[in-house]
Amino acid sequence: MIKEKYLHAGLLVFGVLAPFLFPNYTVQISLLWIMILFALTWDTLGGQMGYNSLGNIVFFGVGMYISAIVQIGVVYDVALYTSPDGAALTGNFAPAQYYTGLALGILAAAVGCVILAVLFSQVFFGLRGPYFAIGTLGLALAAGELVGAWDYVGGGGGIALPVFPSDPKSQGIFFYYLCLVSALATYVFLRWLYNTRFGLAINAIRDDEEKAEAMGIHTKRHKTAAWCTSAFFLGISGALFGNMTGFIEPLEVAFPTITFGIFMVAMALLGGKGTLWGPILGAIVFHLIKEVTWTYLLGWQWIALGTLIIINVVYFQQGILGWARDKWPDLFGLTVDEAMSSGSEKRGSS
Amino acid sequence: MSTPTIEVSNVSKSFGGVVANKMVSMKVEPGKITGLIGPNGSGKTTLFNSIVGYHPIDEGSIKFQGKEISKLRVQQIARLGMLRTFQQTRIYSKMNCVENILISVPHRTATFSDMFRKYPAELTDKAEHLLEFVGLYQKRHLISGDLSFGQQKLLEFAMALMNEPTVLLLDEPTAGINPTLINGLIDRLKRANEEFGITLFVIEHNMRVIMNLAEHMYCLAHGEMLANGTPDEIQNDQRVIDAYLGAH
Repeated sequence: MIKEKYLHAGLLVFGVLAPFLFPNYTVQISLLWIMILFALTWDTLGGQMGYNSLGNIVFFGVGMYISAIVQIGVVYDVALYTSPDGAALTGNFAPAQYYTGLALGILAAAVGCVILAVLFSQVFFGLRGPYFAIGTLGLALAAGELVGAWDYVGGGGGIALPVFPSDPKSQGIFFYYLCLVSALATYVFLRWLYNTRFGLAINAIRDDEEKAEAMGIHTKRHKTAAWCTSAFFLGISGALFGNMTGFIEPLEVAFPTITFGIFMVAMALLGGKGTLWGPILGAIVFHLIKEVTWTYLLGWQWIALGTLIIINVVYFQQGILGWARDKWPDLFGLTVDEAMSSGSEKRGSS
Repeated sequence: MSTPTIEVSNVSKSFGGVVANKMVSMKVEPGKITGLIGPNGSGKTTLFNSIVGYHPIDEGSIKFQGKEISKLRVQQIARLGMLRTFQQTRIYSKMNCVENILISVPHRTATFSDMFRKYPAELTDKAEHLLEFVGLYQKRHLISGDLSFGQQKLLEFAMALMNEPTVLLLDEPTAGINPTLINGLIDRLKRANEEFGITLFVIEHNMRVIMNLAEHMYCLAHGEMLANGTPDEIQNDQRVIDAYLGAH
């Protein structure tokens, strides 16, 4: 199997140099990192724990709004800012005010989403299988509508976020690196997490939750912690995406259930759910295909993406990595050990 | 006599109009192997499920080492040290054998931060020894769902041993296992009882197996406790013979 350290080095070098190598694509590559974060965090529940959430996009949107409220709130009255009279204020942020607000906003988004995930866990983990999927889908759809009816945050009209206190090119590069760091942090954290007892416990919940309960595993505790992990990173990604876009509104930007909300599922499935690298691979392939079809097959792009998802679900249900594991099990360590016992193995190796 | 490990008193359970258990009373003595037999549909698995907290009972009392447990939930009872295996073998089918064993460590004292710790080398060693004990050492890195049914049963048994239970409830441990493997399994059950000191409570249809294994036996029929005694007494009890042959 390809040594992971080469993959790490390759990704890191690409990540750091990309804005200089491909200056015209900074935004698209920033989005790629967010897509990787989406797929990784979706896979924590959907792939590793077997809970297919269609509502994870809620944390993205909530993170975006929490961050916006905090960023504005440190300087102005939010209700005034979002009222028609507040339109002139968007550019009135000194650099110090902007960066303090942004830092606090990102932090608040992450923490707020974790708190929300704890609350949702109390309700939604009573549901299993398809009921959990539909329940969380309802949550995502409701969240967009609820925020749209809330005038304090601008309702359906949305909010124009504080303007970056420098030129747009610096803004692109600034947020590019924040996206890179958040995606890498997600990867490093999950990689560690899946190697602890936690990883095995949520795998056990995926394979047979009743058995896990019968063996005394604290299932509720693990499920809640897993969703909190996803929520934490999704909240950060929402805060970043909102600031990159500059203008947020509930249905298309903050809670885009049928685009980002479905993409995160499709990317994890494409790469191979339940693996660490699968969602990353899926996100890269999916994002490339998406950007290429948007450029060269405009008008047919949704049909192309739909076809990709259908082929994936019908012929390659295990995704690219799952398929590779079935084809070359040796490469993934699925081998019969010739040694008869742990004792003879030690003798053999010494 | 010491406190029974499990004491069931006058437990009844019905599902709609079907009375699955009616005023059932029985005891499992510590350190012993106790058997439970009865024709199909006599309420054996229902009694198991009631004991481990899988469903609430309608009336009666269930005690584990003198402590009332009939109101506790499955996970709480499991963490007290009472574990069950399933009639339809249940393992974590997408994980490999070692992982299946590792995740079965006792969770009685698990704190919140334990969730994020790694497994020390001793536990991995112990897991491999248990796999060796049930004869699955060579296949330890294979995905457990790819093992044969009999091997999965052995794996499930090893998982239960890893959990270091006080008492282990086995629901038909030899069902579906090839006859030559059954002897090996009986031997391992006895060793688990003698060497690891685990009290066993076994549902079994195979009379040869249960007569060999159990020191004390109970027989259920139509949801009621029909008889109890040593294997010899049960074998010669006319009511038990009638229940199995269908005379009423």
